[in-house]
Amino acid sequence: MNEQTVKADRIIDARGAYCPGPLMELIRAVREARVGEVLEVLSSDSGSKRDIPAWAEKAGHEVVGVFPEQGYDRIVVRKAK
Amino acid sequence: MVANLLARRGVAVTLVDATGWHTYQPSFLYLPFADRVPRSQGPLYSRRVSTLLDGRVKVVVGTVTGIDPVARRVEIAEGASLPYDWLVLATGTAYYPDEIPGYPEAAHHFYSQEAALRLREALASFRGGDVVVGVTTIPYKCPPAPLEFTLLLDAYLRRRGIRERTRIRFLSPLPRAFSIEPVSEMVAPMMERRGIEISTFFNTESVDAGARVVRSLEGEEVPYDLLVLLPPHGGVPAVRNSGLGDRSGWIPTDRHLMRVLGRERIYAVGDATDLPVSKSGVAAHFQAEAVVANILDEMAGREPSHAYTGRVLCFAETGLGRATLISFDYQHPPRPPVPNRVLHWGKLAFNVLYWYTVPQGRVPLRGVTKVGAGARPVEEEARVGH
Repeated sequence: MNEQTVKADRIIDARGAYCPGPLMELIRAVREARVGEVLEVLSSDSGSKRDIPAWAEKAGHEVVGVFPEQGYDRIVVRKAK
Repeated sequence: MVANLLARRGVAVTLVDATGWHTYQPSFLYLPFADRVPRSQGPLYSRRVSTLLDGRVKVVVGTVTGIDPVARRVEIAEGASLPYDWLVLATGTAYYPDEIPGYPEAAHHFYSQEAALRLREALASFRGGDVVVGVTTIPYKCPPAPLEFTLLLDAYLRRRGIRERTRIRFLSPLPRAFSIEPVSEMVAPMMERRGIEISTFFNTESVDAGARVVRSLEGEEVPYDLLVLLPPHGGVPAVRNSGLGDRSGWIPTDRHLMRVLGRERIYAVGDATDLPVSKSGVAAHFQAEAVVANILDEMAGREPSHAYTGRVLCFAETGLGRATLISFDYQHPPRPPVPNRVLHWGKLAFNVLYWYTVPQGRVPLRGVTKVGAGARPVEEEARVGH
């Protein structure tokens, strides 16, 4: 299984929300998730692909990948601690 | 303003208000630094709502406890209830300090009269040490206020000659000091020049009052001697209990027409909504125009045809007698001018002029456009943030 096909335990559809909406939605989901769970954020905000991986790195979570889709990005994060 | 504008058009309006007082909340920002507490017979910076309203508006003083959109009734504390043909929810924000463990015992803020007065006392007896100022939940009211507070704090400590003995740290849950990037780019160097440290990606998890540290979700620990943290914000309990809000209690609202999504004959205005604009009086002001015009449309049997443009405008204090002006709408990002004295005096003047202009709907600025009968404006990507 490659990174593109890692199955998410939860998908956060934040398309149409503006920064910091998608990041805040992810943070809320990370608080609720169990260690090891995979969270996928869908965001149409161009800053998310920069800010979300930066946040995940600082918070010690694994960035599985950032995947451009039609009109939005799919950002996949695994809760690591 | 909604009540006044509708009453002037001959609509029978009842306004339900929890206290009967209207408070100009932006003044709380200055209270912690005030040499003297202003004298007032009622709450500070407040007037009785009845004195601000058209004589035809009926005022009911009581707390709204629930809304029944099916029966079209508003429930008020102690069992009373009022029927409506159209309802405008302007229920604003509530604070939920218990959402952060340790917050109620340890943290100060300036988002209410009581809290601002308590903080004023704490500052008066402060002799130096670590001051931590932080944003907790997003969104919160008056987005620039925490930055303004921090810059005013720096100026206040210099005035008292204890700035050199004080470390100021600003905690932001975001990757920068402020949500709107151009504003952040202007303010961050200003803070640096004044020796204010900024910690980004700091999402407050808990406060340990015994050890005097605040901890983040990201795993950081910041020590403090004086802690000023914004209280967690959410919609009011009446909205939450009625199932009209999202998970945080904000009301899902059409961002142009101001109609509550999926409900008939209910509009929302101001902080209570989930709109992606500032929770500030000015946004509510421009939204109110759309609400009034659209209710009049509906009463006349037409589709609502007035769209709020997302306009926001605000003077932001940067300390040392200077201020800047932040202005944007759904389609135009802000480009704040370099802080100057004129804008600082503009802000002070507005703090007084407010009472004679805003509640009456006498401000010559507009934040509403007309759309074709029943047509929705094209959903354009907002560029105000990121």
